[in-house]
Amino acid sequence: MRTLPDQEIVVVGGGLVGAAVAWGLARKGLAPLVLDGEDLSHRASRANFALVWVQGKGVGAPHYSRWTIGAARLWPAFAAALLETSSIDVALRQRGGFTFALAESEMAMWSGEVEAVAEALGEDAPDHVLLDHARTARMVPAIGRDVVGSIYSPLDGDVNSLRLFHALHVGMVNLGADYRPHSDVSEIVPKAGGFLLKGAWGQIFAGRVVLAAGNGNTRLAPMVGLSAPTVESKGQILVTEKCEPFFPFTSATLRQADEGGVMIGDSQEADASSIATSQDISTVLASRAVRTFPLLANVNVLRGWAGFRVKTPDGLPIYDASSIHPGACVVMCHSGVTLAPLHAHLIADAIADGNATLADDRFSGGRFNVPQS
Amino acid sequence: MFRSLETAKERVSILVDGKAFEADANASVAAALLSAGLSAVRRSVVGAKPRGPYCLMGVCFECLVTIDGVQNRQACMVPVRQGMAVNTQSGARTVEDCAL
Repeated sequence: MRTLPDQEIVVVGGGLVGAAVAWGLARKGLAPLVLDGEDLSHRASRANFALVWVQGKGVGAPHYSRWTIGAARLWPAFAAALLETSSIDVALRQRGGFTFALAESEMAMWSGEVEAVAEALGEDAPDHVLLDHARTARMVPAIGRDVVGSIYSPLDGDVNSLRLFHALHVGMVNLGADYRPHSDVSEIVPKAGGFLLKGAWGQIFAGRVVLAAGNGNTRLAPMVGLSAPTVESKGQILVTEKCEPFFPFTSATLRQADEGGVMIGDSQEADASSIATSQDISTVLASRAVRTFPLLANVNVLRGWAGFRVKTPDGLPIYDASSIHPGACVVMCHSGVTLAPLHAHLIADAIADGNATLADDRFSGGRFNVPQS
Repeated sequence: MFRSLETAKERVSILVDGKAFEADANASVAAALLSAGLSAVRRSVVGAKPRGPYCLMGVCFECLVTIDGVQNRQACMVPVRQGMAVNTQSGARTVEDCAL
């Protein structure tokens, strides 16, 4: 078995989370090695919707709302730092996001969530407004008659997801990180105050290890005394041909990317046994999109794809450092775009400094270790 | 740039950006445009660069033109027809409101 030179710190996973952490570690003067999987590994980062999204997040978990709001507010400075380190403009737009309701029951359900978050946060709550059809149409003239109302939240936005991925990868390497693809880690053995990482490609000894392997963390975390449970969640989207601009804001289910293509999402299926797209779901997505924006009726769909979300049992991130095997930690979440600035700064800083906790203790993986009755 | 190897048995007339052209009745729109000396049929959406028929088999999506008012049609996949109106494109397709 081929043994690669020893490393001070290795990040397992080169998706949005791993690359953001590695970018941050490199910025702190460390030279992390990023071990990434295969081209056909299941990669949430390549199926994401590219939203910087705050609206409605953290119902029953105000610490998650605050964490998300903090990330959204850091985004402009982070986009500037990415440009500086990679020369890539990620096309951040934070003009606000809409949730379009196609029935009064949807309006009641979604506004209830936003109101619950606002009540829990009090003065810290981000702005939001509930709009009826007429007031929505004043801001977004292209909406259809079926839109009964909307929720608008000014802090929401989006980026160009391909450029974000590219910027993180170029930036981390420019800052001193090393990137090694085709290096799926199958086993981690704590050893001599460090960790032996093994895969079909060989093995490497690392002083410290950061697990950022998405759903792969579930298998790896117990090897270093951590817990990273996930539940299955599959999402599917449609992408249209590029169109002239008609929707300068964003929404959780439909957005017009900076280059004109329209992304239509976002389905949720609990059965993630197959990555294939389903025609039934595409039909629902397309139908809702055309009811929201009738002008899409004649627009061609070019692509459709599905991805597996990185979803913990409560949907919140896991940030944890191992107390059994110090030097090992885990970083995982569903919202890898929204939270990227925090992963690149606060989380990477806490890892670089060797802190015993990476973030609010309520994000530790230990929260799931409750005896089942 | 391109020259037909065979003499067309039958010809049709098409309009390209309002100008009449004769085309082999058995040609695709892309072949007709190339025979007419038109190698760039559109400007790309993001970079505004000239684009023309390339793969001629429906794969590359470079030959997009507006045919009889329908935008972004693949010129290489559509046979010419007498009286067909072909328009070259520039930038992203327009979206027109067709309220439900």
